[in-house]
Amino acid sequence: MKFDRPATTNPSDRMAVLGQPHTRIDGKLKTTGTAAYAYERHDAVEGQLYGYPLGAGIARGHVLAMDTREAEAAPGVVTVVTTLQMEKLPQDDRNIVRLFGGPEIVHYHQAIAVVVAETFEQARAAANMIRVTYDEDTSEIYNLAEKREMVEDQDIQTHTNVGDFHTAFGQAEVKLDATYVTPPQTHVMMEPHASIAHWTDGRLRVWTSSQMIDWHRQALATTFSLDPEAVHVESPFIGGGFGGKLFLRADAVLAALGAKKAGRPVKVALPRPMVINNTTHRAETIQHIRIGATKEGKITAIFHDCVSNTPPGGAGEDATNQTRYFYAGEHRLIVNRLAQVRLPESNSMRAPGEAAGLMALEVAMDEMAEKLGMDPVEFRIANDTQVVPENPSQKFSQRRFVECLRHGAETFGWTNPKPMSQRDGDWLIGHGMSGAYRGAPAQPSGARVRLQPNGRLIVETDMTDIGTGSYTILAQTAAEMTGLPMDRIEMRLGNSSFPVSSGSGGQFGAASSTAGLYAACVALRAMIAERMQADPDTLDFRDGQVIDGARSLPLSGFASEGEMVAEDKIEFGDFRSKEYKLATFAAHFVETRVNAYTGEIRLQRMLSVCDAGRILNPVTARSQVIGGMTMGVGSALMEKLDVDDKRGFFVNHDLAGYEVPVHLDIPQQEVIFLTGDDPVSTPLKAKGVGELGISGVAAAVANAIHNATGVRVRDFPITLDKFIDRLPPV
Amino acid sequence: MTAAPRPHPVPTGTSVRLTVNGQPADLVLDPRVTLLDALREHLQLTGSKKGCDHGQCGACTVMVNGRRINSCLSLAVMHDGDEVTTIEGIGTPDALDPMQEAFVSHDGFQCGYCTPGQICSAKAVLEEIRQGIPSHVTRDLEHVSFSDDELRERMSGNSCRCGAYANILAAIREVEERA
Repeated sequence: MKFDRPATTNPSDRMAVLGQPHTRIDGKLKTTGTAAYAYERHDAVEGQLYGYPLGAGIARGHVLAMDTREAEAAPGVVTVVTTLQMEKLPQDDRNIVRLFGGPEIVHYHQAIAVVVAETFEQARAAANMIRVTYDEDTSEIYNLAEKREMVEDQDIQTHTNVGDFHTAFGQAEVKLDATYVTPPQTHVMMEPHASIAHWTDGRLRVWTSSQMIDWHRQALATTFSLDPEAVHVESPFIGGGFGGKLFLRADAVLAALGAKKAGRPVKVALPRPMVINNTTHRAETIQHIRIGATKEGKITAIFHDCVSNTPPGGAGEDATNQTRYFYAGEHRLIVNRLAQVRLPESNSMRAPGEAAGLMALEVAMDEMAEKLGMDPVEFRIANDTQVVPENPSQKFSQRRFVECLRHGAETFGWTNPKPMSQRDGDWLIGHGMSGAYRGAPAQPSGARVRLQPNGRLIVETDMTDIGTGSYTILAQTAAEMTGLPMDRIEMRLGNSSFPVSSGSGGQFGAASSTAGLYAACVALRAMIAERMQADPDTLDFRDGQVIDGARSLPLSGFASEGEMVAEDKIEFGDFRSKEYKLATFAAHFVETRVNAYTGEIRLQRMLSVCDAGRILNPVTARSQVIGGMTMGVGSALMEKLDVDDKRGFFVNHDLAGYEVPVHLDIPQQEVIFLTGDDPVSTPLKAKGVGELGISGVAAAVANAIHNATGVRVRDFPITLDKFIDRLPPV
Repeated sequence: MTAAPRPHPVPTGTSVRLTVNGQPADLVLDPRVTLLDALREHLQLTGSKKGCDHGQCGACTVMVNGRRINSCLSLAVMHDGDEVTTIEGIGTPDALDPMQEAFVSHDGFQCGYCTPGQICSAKAVLEEIRQGIPSHVTRDLEHVSFSDDELRERMSGNSCRCGAYANILAAIREVEERA
């Protein structure tokens, strides 16, 4: 099905099942520990061995020698695979740096060996017996601020240069010129990367933890020079991803190498302390923002310059994207730079671009409102736009940002208190707010539906559920489209035997995969209409019946002589991006306390009002948003990978050193979704929310801290050392 | 290059008798096997999760003799004779425990990987409060009582990166209020 014009009325509009607050259909499995994740698939294949990886102890240089004699002689060891035993393995286009093979080391904890043994303990012990001799290159510069000055022309992209920013900014009545820093961050999904690999007759089967089944299948085929048809990937349950499991990683490669050499299936999980430097992270950014406005608060000039770290060939973290679309202003200059820093690979993490960009832009907007003496809510409303500022012929398909702001202000009880004006005993109280923008992309997505003689419907797609609720919203889609009750729908996800889907990433998963399943269900309905010699558009599918005027037939009857199978995929026409700009919007409000003596920060309450088209399931959508809000609190207050500038690696590479929010950090959270469909987005008129939830949150927290203390911190995270000396006198 | 390898002694197995979810389990284990891996790899009870293997995340939380512990920080051979309760012993898909039901109805999870540990901890927390065991946020050590802050503090050893904390809190509160 080609989606090449905005949706009109269609069967999904009934919203008898879709849009309803259905609890997760995989809930019973997940709450009883019976949902099996990659490393737990004892059922997958007999005779599994354990692989334990070894990571490089240097950030850059060469492996000169690896003495594996002791490891190979250790009890239980079956085989040892080292990086010196092979050339660099062919690298998939989606990986920026190598995963395995050859003597060259390009980042710390790059995988250089896997020890395969009968037990986990034996493999781990033997991995520590490998003696590695390195030739270390210590000439690299790992400090982003230093590298910022060395960015070369080819690594500078000017996204927008409209009007004459410099003149307009020079003439502006009120100006802000400030620089913000967002640190490198890491996903810390609770399940470390893990895979079981098994070879039979030149074919490779991998049970893994992947957001994108087909990307993994393709990348494994490339890595091992196989026909993609000879690679099978399964990932029905994924213990979180947040962008960290989009691409093939070393766990699957090492398992496959170990299994090939051992002649038996091998399973490998990345040890937690190896995950952070071995895999990908969100790049650090240094963002320079300048805003010029009239005294009345109309933005006339806006400038955003971002630099971030990436190995050569990567895209870093372009934190400028939202600035092109979020606020009006005639004169605009928006520039992105990539600094080549040879740290581990920087790549996507939840809301890549906007998450870091709004941490800066939305603090800048708060600072600007303060300079103008305006309420920050009103300042944002005054600069709303319904068209893309750099290309006014392109309009937003649906943009209710002003409504988010007004509704949020009213619900929260926003009064725009003056900084340092509220106090409760030893605690300074602060209110802060921010706006949020995140794009609403969609990707092609396929699905297959199989109506069974017993009246059940099996849904198959390689879509993944990384905690987002895919199982549930897809079942709701199938139930809505076929008129079957939810308990007659059997969902099968995360398997490369199924039609290729959008996968989970970029906030496109829910909107795209439900559209793909919609297409497959429309195909099934058409087959049934043909059998009935009826017009598919007039048929009504409800309560297990197919109704054509006065005629009513049980749906299961159409499969009485064997299952009825329909398959299709959705493809999105370019009208979606050419004629329109699709995005999601939110307004965040935060109340915090800061201890007047110690500077301890304790959030009190958070509110997000979201504009994201039709909400397919308010339970799972809300969970996505509160999860984003929670990660946003981490960005504001604690999350930072510390770079060892000399040795070139992330020092705090475990869950003790890299702090993420825990229960006590998170206060009462409220989420409101504005109702209303976006027919330009998909046939289901839906957009994603999973990344909107994190976008802008950290800035609202930062603005609330400023409101409590009068102290502005522009270097995230806002830790005690950055402001305690500036707290107001007690 | 390094010197010639020295021979390593083969670790001998140690017999351990555990009672897991009411069933006796006789194991002969490498003494390096953690309680978590004894459960996950040897008994194939994979409900208890390995998130960090370093006692930093709480995904491996199980009850031993009625108290919650991080099973990754404890060697299996230290538990001879102990009674272990894992998520599999709390309830099954066909017979959910009220805490599991509450997690489903309040959507107290997303990816599900920390969930068994959260549920084991949640059940233990309510019991600890009932027994009058104080926490860091308890104001009156003589009278320990249920509150949102007590829950938040006592649950803070169980990380959830999906950020389901507000819903987990609501689930535990409902179980407490119904009790």
